[in-house]
Amino acid sequence: MTAVGRGGLVGRLAARPWAYSYIAAALTWVATVALNGGAGGGALIGAALAFSAFAVLAALGQMLVITLGPGNVDLSIPSTIALSSALSMLVMNEQATMILPGLLAAVGAGMAVGLFNVALIRLLRIPPIIATLSAGLVVLSVAISFGRGLKIKPPPAFADFAAARLLGVPALALVAVAAMVIAAVVLDRTVTGRAVAAIGQNARAAGFAGIPVERVRMAVYAASAGLAGLTGALLAGFSGGNSLDQGEEYLLLTIAVVVIGGTDVGGGRASVAGVGGAALFMFLLVAMLNTAGAGPGPRMLLTGLIIIAVIATAGEARA
Amino acid sequence: MQPDAAARGRRLAGVLRAALPALAFALLLGTIFAQQPRAMSYLGLNLLLNLALPVVLATMAQMLVITLGDLDLSIGAFVSLVTCIGGTVLPSQPVLGVALLLAGIGGYAATGALIGARTLPAIVVTLGLSFVWLGLAVILLPTPGGLAPGWLSGLMRTRTPVMPLALWASIGVALVVHLALMRSAYGTVVRGMGGNPRAVARAGWSLLRLRVAVYALAGVFGVLSGLALLGLTTSGDANLAGRYTLLSIAAVILGGGEFTGGRVSPSGAVLGALTLTLAASLLTFLNIPPDWQIGVQGGILIAVLGLRAVIERIGRAEALA
Amino acid sequence: MTLALSEAVRLSGIRKSFGAVHALGGVDLRVGRGACLGLVGHNGAGKSTLMGVLAGTLAADAGSVQVLGQDVLPGARHPGLRCVFQEGSLCPNLTIAENARVVHRDILGLGWRRRAGAVMAAALDAVFPGHGLRGDQVVGDLSIGRRQMVEIARAFSHTGVPPAVVVLDEPTSSLDGHAAAGLLAWVRRFVGEGGAVVFISHKLQEVLAIADQVVVMRDGRVVLDRPGAGMTRDGLVAAMGHADPPARGQRVRGGTSRPVQVEAGPTATGGIALTAQQGEVVGLAGLAGHGQTRLLQRVLAAPARRDPAIRLSAAAALVPGDRGADGVFPLWSIARNMTVRALAGLRSGPLLDPARERALADAWRTRMGLVTPDVGNPILSLSGGNQQKALFARALASDAGVVLMDDPMRGVDVGTKQEVYTLIAAEAAAGRTFLWYTTEFDELLHCDRVFVFRDGRITGMLEANGVTEDAVLRLSFADQDAA
Repeated sequence: MTAVGRGGLVGRLAARPWAYSYIAAALTWVATVALNGGAGGGALIGAALAFSAFAVLAALGQMLVITLGPGNVDLSIPSTIALSSALSMLVMNEQATMILPGLLAAVGAGMAVGLFNVALIRLLRIPPIIATLSAGLVVLSVAISFGRGLKIKPPPAFADFAAARLLGVPALALVAVAAMVIAAVVLDRTVTGRAVAAIGQNARAAGFAGIPVERVRMAVYAASAGLAGLTGALLAGFSGGNSLDQGEEYLLLTIAVVVIGGTDVGGGRASVAGVGGAALFMFLLVAMLNTAGAGPGPRMLLTGLIIIAVIATAGEARA
Repeated sequence: MQPDAAARGRRLAGVLRAALPALAFALLLGTIFAQQPRAMSYLGLNLLLNLALPVVLATMAQMLVITLGDLDLSIGAFVSLVTCIGGTVLPSQPVLGVALLLAGIGGYAATGALIGARTLPAIVVTLGLSFVWLGLAVILLPTPGGLAPGWLSGLMRTRTPVMPLALWASIGVALVVHLALMRSAYGTVVRGMGGNPRAVARAGWSLLRLRVAVYALAGVFGVLSGLALLGLTTSGDANLAGRYTLLSIAAVILGGGEFTGGRVSPSGAVLGALTLTLAASLLTFLNIPPDWQIGVQGGILIAVLGLRAVIERIGRAEALA
Repeated sequence: MTLALSEAVRLSGIRKSFGAVHALGGVDLRVGRGACLGLVGHNGAGKSTLMGVLAGTLAADAGSVQVLGQDVLPGARHPGLRCVFQEGSLCPNLTIAENARVVHRDILGLGWRRRAGAVMAAALDAVFPGHGLRGDQVVGDLSIGRRQMVEIARAFSHTGVPPAVVVLDEPTSSLDGHAAAGLLAWVRRFVGEGGAVVFISHKLQEVLAIADQVVVMRDGRVVLDRPGAGMTRDGLVAAMGHADPPARGQRVRGGTSRPVQVEAGPTATGGIALTAQQGEVVGLAGLAGHGQTRLLQRVLAAPARRDPAIRLSAAAALVPGDRGADGVFPLWSIARNMTVRALAGLRSGPLLDPARERALADAWRTRMGLVTPDVGNPILSLSGGNQQKALFARALASDAGVVLMDDPMRGVDVGTKQEVYTLIAAEAAAGRTFLWYTTEFDELLHCDRVFVFRDGRITGMLEANGVTEDAVLRLSFADQDAA
């Protein structure tokens, strides 16, 4: 598998899988605006940037877990989002002084879920899929139990921040971009980040090369759930309070964004930049379908087909 | 002698693993009867196990896929889709309805072919597939509705002697699948593929054809499960059976199945499905709020797998003794 | 015509190369009907490759395969040929009878289980009298020895037409004495009834006891092909070695005693202990798969596992031999593959410094003589030998004082090998300790001391001046102790 350079634009694109997601997003934007009679393009970009920020944050965590190698998926993200959105509102209690503790509580609760996942995987030898799936159910129950009927609004300062814009760019989008930059730096320029990619490519060789495989795995699952925790808190701030089904769509959404963004499903190669493009694409896809008058049914159908198509073409497992 | 001690340990673990589903079922049944002696009757059993048959059938579908070492995260959505097809198209246009159901089975077979031919991770593919099924179901029935065909709801309400229909049918399903998977010559090769695919391929079998056949059969059970569910609830709903995915996985594991290695037990899985149905009924009897029921399901799976880890450790300790 | 009828197997002019490595250089092999051929040879002689060509799992570059007088196409297998190789072909989740069904596709229909059980029972009774196995036993529950019995018996089992040719590769490696005796007696009966057997074993006494014809392979060629009568063990050992020993590289060792860096106690099955002093190059020899890799992995895992039998005084790094499975990170560049073990020292602040990483990678590219215009290229763009060099660089670029080498030069071209030998000598002189498992005799000449393995334990230790091919072969093929 040598990197044979194909000439020109096609060659440069082929070497950068993340580019496709941005191109797809752009094309979908064009289609939506066209369907709308050419109007509302600017507002659409603004909405896309704001809404896709949440998907970016949650998907970054999923991306880290998937990069750990085949069999690693975090199916507890939706439940963690539900939990942290309720928890953050509870802690913040509509007071500006409690914003930071509320955020910390959300992220901390997320990391606790992540460590719970790791405990199930290691101590009880449960495959990650099942471990995160069942942990997610337990966490969801906990979230429902003290989140149901919660009518606490976010502190005004927090809600303002969630809706704020800087030169037309939503503040949340900047948060998402910052998270992407941090993720890229960690993966590329820290020892732990390199370890994640190594484990994903060849866990056996990583062990032989002196990498503490289990410790890194723990860190990754904690980080993924921590990011989900942050997403939940921000979602609550943006939506004017928590709601229990906020996290539901993020199960498939995070996996879709990771896969479409060009991360290798077999592990070992994360595509951070692609997460941004794919998140935009997923939002614009919904917008396009809504504008065309299609309901949630076609959207889900199309999303599922796109994921299968992307994996089938790009995802041939390494022997 | 060392080698035989290891074998002894494995056998002990195997015995415990096989006994677990029966013990769990008996324990649960006993707890319910102790709580509510009136449940020890035909009517009581019928109430408790009313919705068991669809779960049993979905579990069989999941078990077939797990035999090959894969996992099907779309079975719940597929069963829901079948209820939608059955509730809308089947009564008025039976031919089209049947064609759609067959197309669904074909979709499962195609998924198996794709996974096998390109060596794709089944988890992600079936997760995508679940949204294909869900999307189709929502298009067909945006809100719960439709009406089950008369013959179907009539069939599901049949009053069988001695035991409720759910129990008779579950026993029948366990028998049929046991004969097909565990006793038949072809089923043995399927299990062998789960245990050592390369050996089976070297013996001249086509792994791709085996996988497509298994997935198609899973689709058949998915259709049966959806039809049974429709007959019981009489209306279709795109979100009705979402939890069947986790339930079916839990039932297979509770029944002694393993995620890799081709080790599954049809009778154990059926017992597991019955046990989980009982557990759901018990939770309702105990007035546990539905919000917590979700968590308890997850907890049950964790507990079962944790117990299995303990059993494995006992097996290993026995080997070293 | 009559010549072809009397032959079970005829391999003519078989050539096979894996890249730069010539595994088989024109091999002719004939197995007559009603005869047992014993095939012996040291590591890398080409036995496994030759059997792979016969079985159809490998396609020869040149030459022809004929079984029972019929030409066999490359990649195909003659239906009358059965093979028992060392990696198991049983499904552990199935019973013995069910495993028979998997290979005998004609056992179908009602009552198949009974028939399959009868087929296996007949085979087991014939090959291993007194085996005590039942058709309904799950293979995964059996010990390794009994699994091997099942696998061998299955190869001889039939539903009416017995197999014509059976290849057995190290069949007695896990069998106890009684079962091994049963198998040897059966082989004689089988060939007496007209079957043919190819019997590969490192237990020379066994080979001499049952083989009608003995073939010794060395370096991809047949060096001896004669009737077994009158052959002796010493004769076989001599044939496996080289007639003229090659010029040996002088290994100059410092006279002063240095601290012991590695010490591994004897295993549960006995043998002597292994020690390595600082700056020593210690060789691990013997037939492949006799415990050398396991020892290296135990040493590597010693700090984490707190293994009481292993004493390690410095950090240890491994250079794997199977680079695909154990070494290469296939999606990464050459540079990242080389620096992965040294990352902790390449930081400025909390982050890695790309300039320093690049400098380290370039320095090692020069030092190892990697043939690549850019260390930023993907690792898989390198040839196999250069990939191996990169894995060497990974270990040497780290701070490990002990370097463990798991037969890393297998399949590497001669030029690369020489460069690496020089490098190892230089590093050792600078104070690094090497534990070097190699399946090639010539490399042992670069070692200060050599420990020879057999059946999982160390049977002997040779000083540098006592390392001759004969001495190593004798310790590798030491007479079988009572089971």
